[in-house]
Amino acid sequence: MNEKLDITLTVNGRSHALGVEPRRNLADALRDDLGLTGTHVGCEHGVCGACTVLMDGRPVRSCLTFACQAEGAAIETVEGLADGDRLHPLQQKFWELHGLQCGFCTPGMLMLAAGALRENPDMDDEEIREVMSSNLCRCTGYQNILRAVRAAADVMRAEGAQG
Amino acid sequence: MSWIGRTLPRLEDPALLRGLGRYFADLARGAQAVKFVRSPMAAGVITGIDLPDPEDIRGHIFLARDLEAGGVRPVQAVLDRPDYRRVPHPALAGARVVFTGQAVAMVVAETEALAEDLAEQVFVDIEPEDPVISIGDALAEDARPVHPETPGNVMVEGAMRTPGVDQAFTDAACVVELNLRSQRQTAMPMEGRGGVADYDAASGRVTLYASVQMPHMLRTGLADALAIDEGLLRVVAPDVGGGFGSKMALFPEYVALVWACFRLKRKLAWIEDRRENFLAGSHSRDQIFSVKGAFSAEGRLLAIDGDLRSNVGAYSCYPVTCGVEPLMAFAELPGPYDFAHYGVRSRGITSNTAMMAPYRGVARPMLTLTMEQLMDRAGAKLGIDPVEMRRRNLVTKFPHTSPTGLVFDEASYLEAMEAAVKIADYPAFRARQAEARAGGRYLGIGLAVFSERTGYGTPAFAARKMAIVPGYESVDCEMGPSGQVTLRIGASPHGQGLKTALAQLVADRIGIAPDQIRVIAGDTDATPYGWGSFASRSMVIAGGASQFAADKVADKLRRIAGQLMEVPPETITLGDGLAMAAGTNRSLPIGDLARAIHSQSHRFPEMEPGIRTQGFYDPPGTFSNAAHICEVEVDTQTGGVRIDRFLVVEDAGLLINPMIVDGQIAGGVAQGIANALYEELIYDEYGTLLTSSLADYLPPTCAEIPPIEIHHMETLSPETVTGAKGVGEGGTIGAPAAVVSAIMDALAPFGVEINTIPATPDRIRAALREAKGPAR
Repeated sequence: MNEKLDITLTVNGRSHALGVEPRRNLADALRDDLGLTGTHVGCEHGVCGACTVLMDGRPVRSCLTFACQAEGAAIETVEGLADGDRLHPLQQKFWELHGLQCGFCTPGMLMLAAGALRENPDMDDEEIREVMSSNLCRCTGYQNILRAVRAAADVMRAEGAQG
Repeated sequence: MSWIGRTLPRLEDPALLRGLGRYFADLARGAQAVKFVRSPMAAGVITGIDLPDPEDIRGHIFLARDLEAGGVRPVQAVLDRPDYRRVPHPALAGARVVFTGQAVAMVVAETEALAEDLAEQVFVDIEPEDPVISIGDALAEDARPVHPETPGNVMVEGAMRTPGVDQAFTDAACVVELNLRSQRQTAMPMEGRGGVADYDAASGRVTLYASVQMPHMLRTGLADALAIDEGLLRVVAPDVGGGFGSKMALFPEYVALVWACFRLKRKLAWIEDRRENFLAGSHSRDQIFSVKGAFSAEGRLLAIDGDLRSNVGAYSCYPVTCGVEPLMAFAELPGPYDFAHYGVRSRGITSNTAMMAPYRGVARPMLTLTMEQLMDRAGAKLGIDPVEMRRRNLVTKFPHTSPTGLVFDEASYLEAMEAAVKIADYPAFRARQAEARAGGRYLGIGLAVFSERTGYGTPAFAARKMAIVPGYESVDCEMGPSGQVTLRIGASPHGQGLKTALAQLVADRIGIAPDQIRVIAGDTDATPYGWGSFASRSMVIAGGASQFAADKVADKLRRIAGQLMEVPPETITLGDGLAMAAGTNRSLPIGDLARAIHSQSHRFPEMEPGIRTQGFYDPPGTFSNAAHICEVEVDTQTGGVRIDRFLVVEDAGLLINPMIVDGQIAGGVAQGIANALYEELIYDEYGTLLTSSLADYLPPTCAEIPPIEIHHMETLSPETVTGAKGVGEGGTIGAPAAVVSAIMDALAPFGVEINTIPATPDRIRAALREAKGPAR
């Protein structure tokens, strides 16, 4: 159980080599081994989604993913979402539209939405609601989160059309 | 230009959005891990604890006897009332266990995984006793006392009876009898409990970073329990992932954690998992209210006679005690209704279940449900429309003194209801409802009108006879040489956006922008003593204290500016970062004034150098109010309820930041809807918690919570210096009553009564079957 496996993975574009116990989950590896504490652990049983990160572009529960499963994978976390000083449209709209209160679920919400919008940039309101119902928030009552994702999707589509 | 009333994006958010928030577990790097071994049984005598062979222990295992030998005292929550039974709460159970999940041993190891491995090798032998789980169990004639100190299992009891109650019932044209029940809930913040305790060898002090709402109080309580000088402890509440009242209590795990940190002189981290949060964090609700209401033929409420029972769990939570639910229920049941005769007995009943602590709303979701059901059911009996029933009974003259002696300040109970009814457009709804019913679909509309007591200081807590009386707030305000302000507050926000709102308030008083104001909170080394954030108090009380402190800063700036511009200070106005002399075109940047009084203080012989002020505030309290209207459709075959519309007309006095206020309301309503329809903690008869994961507990997702439509009225409170009233809990208070009222309206053709929340599909189908409705 205590033997360590050597893995390499890319996190927010940077390559890391880690020695991890087989039982170590990806959330703990990100938080404790790499110091990326923006990924939060809310339940450790895959329900709340606070620990959502992108693995090869798709949202995963990092509490239910072993670190060794991320061997060779590209991981994206909330710390990699902004472009330097410029907030990602999702971050900007969560801010403007009060899509967060205590902020604990926020990284998971942002990464879930980022992954879903990458897969389908044209989600309608019902699809957004369906996807975002994967994660729990206890503060906001959700509506501002849905509005923020909607608004960010519109911005991203307009930027995409320009770019 | 005023900053108050503006929807300013929160100053707290950029860091949180970038993943740069600092929650306690983010500070655990390099710490050894702490785990607790918990009782698998609800009640019993500990006959032995099997530990691994000492040479196999890679770490430490501590038991109750170790803490006792180390001088640790049990936590004691105290009410100075003859009806209160004091029960000591040990950090680790030694002789007996009294609820499933109670901590029996503490394990320390190099990593979380190793600590869990070690904890699995500790076996607790327990000789079981009959578990006392429900209110019915606890009050049964032959019930075993949960504690030797609690014969009859009543821990606290409030009672009063005005002389006219019996006569009013004799005279009544209509008597409505309710037997309402709210099942057990938990606050369920997204971040669980826990702390990182760090020992500093140089000073011999321990800093506890913990997910708490009351850092100063926690420090006082810990120092008492550990019998140490309070100066040896620093408590920091960094970013906190939600609390909702559940993080006010001094949990015994914190006592054990800090004790072990002093003893081992190592950095230690206890990070509970979700199961522990369900088992051993605090619970809420679990109440049965049996209430009779006497009404005149015209629908006037004449009297209430009630027996209110609250299951408070195994222990009394420190510092607010197990009186929180029963004593608030007792004092505030009348709500915004005007009637004279009141007879109520309200008991806090102990059981072999997890401890109750405050949870958003405290007692009021249930007492609002009670009052609103009295109105609805009396109206149905008397043939009076529910809206008209409330018109005839709501308080409209202020100040109003309730039968329990509470004084209600200016509010808009009737006006808020009328506004809500108008926006909801009842006639249009009734037409839709009739059409739907003709097609076999059941729509309903429900109304809740209520008061939310907020911003109360020491008088309210002293009235409960608490040995520790919270209530005031203190603020230190300093303007540095560059003109930027640092506001240090005793309140301890955890997601509400208080820093932004206070910055807006202070900005207006001093004449600078909110982003020039840094608010520091949640650190006992860096803030003045205060009581933290709970009970919808921080904007009112910390806000009032901030306003006082800011006004003193403004006074000093005027004096400095007056001297420099050679005009009387009272002719100076402050705004847009400038001090302007009235009737002249002269002005000076506020930053220059601040620089002068710091760096050229010798030029101001009449004044002390620098700009540092204090503010204290301890108000009597005020009442916010709101009307909630909910529309539902009930599927009579599945028992499922869909909320089609949820409307709130809120009056929280002066709105500092409307966006933040709306956020509080929407989040509160979501928790109230959860209380009404979904969430339930279930113990089996042995006291095993059957709902110990988020998958079992059913917190709603965005698929269940509808858009919340919010409108405002602004009745400024004469009882608060800012005019603002608190708004933290109202959403949670009104929503269950509105939802239940709507379900019963939908099912009115079958005469269905909803008497238990959450109104799950099972319960609705059972009620339909009982009423011989269409459910199979």
